[in-house]
Amino acid sequence: MQLPSPRGPLSEQVVATLKGDPDGRAIDFSDADPYGEDLTIALHTLYELHYGGFDGVHPAWEWDPELLRLRARIENVFLEQLRSDVDGGEDVDATLGDLLVEHVPGSGVSHHLRDNGTWDQMCEYFAHRSVYHHKEADPHAWVIPRLRGRAKAALVAVEFDEFGGGRADRMHSRLYADLLEGAGMSSGYLHYLDDVPAPSIAIVNMMSLFGLHRSLRGALVGHFAAAEITTAPSARRMAQALERLGADPRCVEFFTEHIEADAVHEQIMRNDVIGSLLEQEPSLRADVVFGVQATEHLESRLGAHLLSSWDSGESSLRTRLRWLVSQNG
Amino acid sequence: MTEARSRRVTIVPNGPVLVEGPVELVTDDGTTHTSDRFVVAVCACRRSKRYPFCDTSHRKRVRSDDSPESQDDSR
Ligand code: FES
Ligand SMILES: [Fe+2]
Ligand SMILES: [Fe+2]
Repeated sequence: MQLPSPRGPLSEQVVATLKGDPDGRAIDFSDADPYGEDLTIALHTLYELHYGGFDGVHPAWEWDPELLRLRARIENVFLEQLRSDVDGGEDVDATLGDLLVEHVPGSGVSHHLRDNGTWDQMCEYFAHRSVYHHKEADPHAWVIPRLRGRAKAALVAVEFDEFGGGRADRMHSRLYADLLEGAGMSSGYLHYLDDVPAPSIAIVNMMSLFGLHRSLRGALVGHFAAAEITTAPSARRMAQALERLGADPRCVEFFTEHIEADAVHEQIMRNDVIGSLLEQEPSLRADVVFGVQATEHLESRLGAHLLSSWDSGESSLRTRLRWLVSQNG
Repeated sequence: MTEARSRRVTIVPNGPVLVEGPVELVTDDGTTHTSDRFVVAVCACRRSKRYPFCDTSHRKRVRSDDSPESQDDSR
C-alpha cells in the first residue's frame, strides 16, 4: 500500500522519513491530542511497518532505532491517556460481567443502523471498520509467544477460527473483503485509510500497542475477550440492518458468521484464556481489566463520533468528496 | 492406530453447551445442521434466533433507557 496522507506535523515527519526525506529535527509533540488525527495516523503508520509495510519503503525501517524511539514516545502519550481515562481496578469477573448484560432497548451504532440506518451510513461504517478487518485477528497473534499452557492453546484455537480454520476463503479478513465487494466498495488493503478519522484508527492502534508489548499481554487478552463478548449481539443487529436494506448476501454473511463464531470465542476467551492466564499470573488482573476498559472507552468514543455525525446529517468520514470519488473509482 | 479420544462437552451455566466440532445437530423437525468449528456452542436456552446454535440470546437483559453507559456504544 501507499504511505498515508499526513494529518499534521508529527505524521508529516513520519511519512517524510519513510520517503527517505527526513528533516532530522526532533519533533515536539507534547501538546498533541493523544486521540487526535495527527498522532493517531503517525502511530498507525509506524505500526504498519510490522504488518504489510508500504510500497517503496525499505523493510529495514521496521527496526530503525530512531523510529522505534519516536514510536515509544508516541505510544507513551497514547497509553497514558488511556490509563487516565478508565476506572481501573482488579475485578475481572465484574468488569466482564458488565459486558454480558444485554441492554434493552439499547442505543448503540448497531441499534441505529438496524432501525434507521441508511445505506450511505452503512457504507461509511464498512469503511471505518475496514481499518481493522483487513488485518482481522493479526494484532492478537503477537501475544501467542507470551502465553503458556491452556491460555495459549485456547487463544490459538480462537485465532485458527478467525483465520478460517485453515481455509483462506473463510478467513474473517477475506469475508470482510467479500463484504466490501458485495457493497460495491473497494476491497483493496487499507484502501479507505485516508478517509477514516482517528476514532476508528485509534482502536486498531490500541490492539497493536497491546500486542507488540509483552508487558501488556494481560491488556491484549482483556481487549480480545471484550471484543468477542460484544460482537455476537451487535453482529445480529447488523445482519438485521443489512437484510432490511436488501444488501448483497456477502455483506450479511460476514455478520452471521460472527454471531455463531463469537458466541463460541467469548466462552473460550473468558474461561480458558483469561481463566488460565490468571491462574498462572494472578498479578495480571489489573491489566486484563485495563484492556477491557480501554476497549470500551475507545469504542464509545467511536460510537459518539458516528452517531453525532449522522444526527447532524453529516458524513462520519473525513472528506465526503474523496469518499465519493474513491467509491466510484 | 491412535486411540479414539473422547469428545469433550462443556455445560455452561445459564449458557450454551460447548461441543468439540465438527458436529451434526438434528432438530425436532428432522433437519440436520452442520458446523465444523473447533468448538460449537449449542443453544440450551431455546431463545436463539439461530437455533440450534447459540447466538448469545441467553444473556440477561436489563432495561436501560437512560443509563449513560448504554449510550453511544459503537457496536
Ligand atoms: S444458550 Fe445461547 S442463545 Fe440459547
Ligand atoms: Fe472474526
Ligand atoms: Fe471472533
